[in-house]
Amino acid sequence: MYFQVHQPYRIKKYRIFDIGNNLNYFDANDHTDLNNRKVFHKVATKCYLPANKVFLELLKKYPEFKIAYSLSGVFLEQAQEFMPEVIESFQELVKTGRVEILSETYYHSLAFLYSVDEYKSQIKLHREKIEELFGVTPTVFRNTELIYNDWIGSIVESLGYKGILTEGADKILGWKSPNYLYKAHGTQDLKLLLKNYKLSDDVAFRFSEKSWKEHPLTVDKYAQWLNVPQGDVVNLFMDYETFGEHQWEDSGIFEFLKHFPGEILKNPHNHFITPTEAVATLPAVDELSIPYYISWADTERDLSAWMSNDIQKDAMGKLFQMEHEVLESDDPVLIHDWRKLTTSDHFYYMCTKWFSDGDVHKYFNPYETPYDAFIAFMNVVNDIRMRIAKNKEEKNGQAHSDQATHMAT
Amino acid sequence: MFGWELPPFNSGGLGVACYGLSKSLSKNVDITFVLPRKVEVSADFLKLLFANNIKITTIDSPLRPYMTSHEYSRLEEDITMYGNDLFSEVKRYAMEARKIAQKEQFDIIHAHDWLSFEAGIAAKEVSGKPLIVQLHSTEYDRCGGENLNKAVYDIEKRGMEIADKVVGVSNLTKSIIQEHYGIPSEKVFAVHNRINADEYSDETNDRIFQIKKDGKRIVLFAGRITLQKGPEYFLQVAKRVLEYDQNVLFVMAGSGDMEYKIMDDAAVMGISDKVLFTGFLRGDELAHVYKMADIFVMPSVSEPFGIAALESMVHGTPVIISKQSGVSEIVQNALKVDFWDIDEMVNKILSVLSFPSLKQTLQENGRNEVGIFSWDMAADECLKLYRTLVN
Repeated sequence: MYFQVHQPYRIKKYRIFDIGNNLNYFDANDHTDLNNRKVFHKVATKCYLPANKVFLELLKKYPEFKIAYSLSGVFLEQAQEFMPEVIESFQELVKTGRVEILSETYYHSLAFLYSVDEYKSQIKLHREKIEELFGVTPTVFRNTELIYNDWIGSIVESLGYKGILTEGADKILGWKSPNYLYKAHGTQDLKLLLKNYKLSDDVAFRFSEKSWKEHPLTVDKYAQWLNVPQGDVVNLFMDYETFGEHQWEDSGIFEFLKHFPGEILKNPHNHFITPTEAVATLPAVDELSIPYYISWADTERDLSAWMSNDIQKDAMGKLFQMEHEVLESDDPVLIHDWRKLTTSDHFYYMCTKWFSDGDVHKYFNPYETPYDAFIAFMNVVNDIRMRIAKNKEEKNGQAHSDQATHMAT
Repeated sequence: MFGWELPPFNSGGLGVACYGLSKSLSKNVDITFVLPRKVEVSADFLKLLFANNIKITTIDSPLRPYMTSHEYSRLEEDITMYGNDLFSEVKRYAMEARKIAQKEQFDIIHAHDWLSFEAGIAAKEVSGKPLIVQLHSTEYDRCGGENLNKAVYDIEKRGMEIADKVVGVSNLTKSIIQEHYGIPSEKVFAVHNRINADEYSDETNDRIFQIKKDGKRIVLFAGRITLQKGPEYFLQVAKRVLEYDQNVLFVMAGSGDMEYKIMDDAAVMGISDKVLFTGFLRGDELAHVYKMADIFVMPSVSEPFGIAALESMVHGTPVIISKQSGVSEIVQNALKVDFWDIDEMVNKILSVLSFPSLKQTLQENGRNEVGIFSWDMAADECLKLYRTLVN
């Protein structure tokens, strides 16, 4: 079982009048869901804290129980700022020795689409953050939104990882089962852990859906389903917010969780395994080639949630046009602000296909329309551009005055 | 069906809506459309029956569907010259309607806006047939909630009370009908206006305009220049946009009781060279300004629907619409603002003008979204209502 824990730095309603006048892009202080502090408090109270408590109890009660988390850097940073007790509760979990932390990009970004260098930098920043907070070094990688193709596999292997998680999409598996490990095509020995989307989504998406024919989903029914499939491992990957936020407490999700390990372990053939253990102990039964991008989003399971319309492509393109100038500025605040803009969520909010794709995006969109998301983003991009220019001027000024001083002496 | 205008002799959205709705309805029902004076209408689908023996003794009938209290008081002075008044005109239309109702065969009476409600009631009295009254706008919308004309309000309320069903052109109108007229919700239905998108050709190449050759950008206001439509907000927005970008023109297409005031205001604000008035436009000329515009702004204070926004979208011009509008309930690919939020309108206009990808995406998605619209959608909902009354 792996859970994704992430919170973006949402951009406030940043307007044209703010450009050049306002350096705070992420400090919405209103009642909207753009208020990062407010959202963090809400999700921590409904999900992080109660779910961590349940998992800690389960780990104590069942010595065989194991789980994995991927915690984005921007999530950890917001936790430190807004609610340090959330960090502490994750630290307690990691201390059990049976909770693995996965590697990802610090900024939960799509940097790989535009800059491999920046992508690698962000992976390194994340690794350092995890080492600093938890004293462990991740060995298995999880890319943003489970996005994967063969090329990503080769980059990730070059960074020393032994395994990577991705979606068990039908279009890449065909008749093959997601319940085995596969060797990633084009790599020496990188193993793919594929999400069993059917069983994962039964909990993550369908648990409280009353129109679902299996509703209500009981633990023993679910355990029976898990006993059925052939294979070495069933990968249950989901958003951590499944517990308490997407599926509300009154749906019985926490009760389900509390009884889950016990029910699974009733079958002596079952046991829990972390991604790193799976990669180390289970064989790759075949090689899998994934030439085009896949992800865990929507029915398409491709990049279209982030990169399908003109405003998304324009925003991302304009952002990465500034990459080198930003990095050359040596201004850590500017660099950090710019990197916060690489977070995938900003582009997700600009997605316009949700008018036909159902309400999943709408539920996750704190902006009134995708166009509002784009306008705020681009105004910030323009402000960053002004900061770059100012930074250059100052540097030039500095150089001139250095020169002047030099000449005077 | 009782109405007051049909295109091309319409003064606003009422005529457009009556035409579109009737045309689609006529695929399934026979319609007798009653108008207060003889007009040339290319509506061969209707059995047009002109109640032209109503003596409207002017060349321009004093009866117009959009009437503000101010206009009305001005009108009253004019009308006394003819020894008449607005309400006796309404009564006379009703009397004619009574005669027509005695002669004609029909199952349902459908009356559009307050001027025809008395006619609808009269027809119901003589025939015993069910009455639907439809509100394209209410006195509340026209007056912005202030200086309500009590006599008009009373006719609207009486019509809705006597009617078997009440139709509003949006959920917004439905809620005004419930809250301000006390009509029970089970009697009120929202049937959104539509547009026959397939009647508009997709002429994307046709976008080279002399006026824009030196890089000028155009922001369009299209509608009656009257309080309800928020022309004063449009001017304030123009002033602020020009502080950022001098290369923008603001075109106001329409006429109305505030036309001269707005011209004066523009002059006082020192922007009269940037605000152009075209007068009332229709047909090809209107299509031309839609296509010419880079963005259409509808800052209506209270907008029961706002068909102009659909027309703009179908012409491929992105729209900024007031959240206080019926049309915002049925379109997603539009920028939405509170009508009083000048800053936000300025922010959005400048964004559309500065980010080509935004304009492009709004254009394409907007046209696709509205491209599937047709009046058949509204007619189908009306038919459902008719069936509940007939059986």
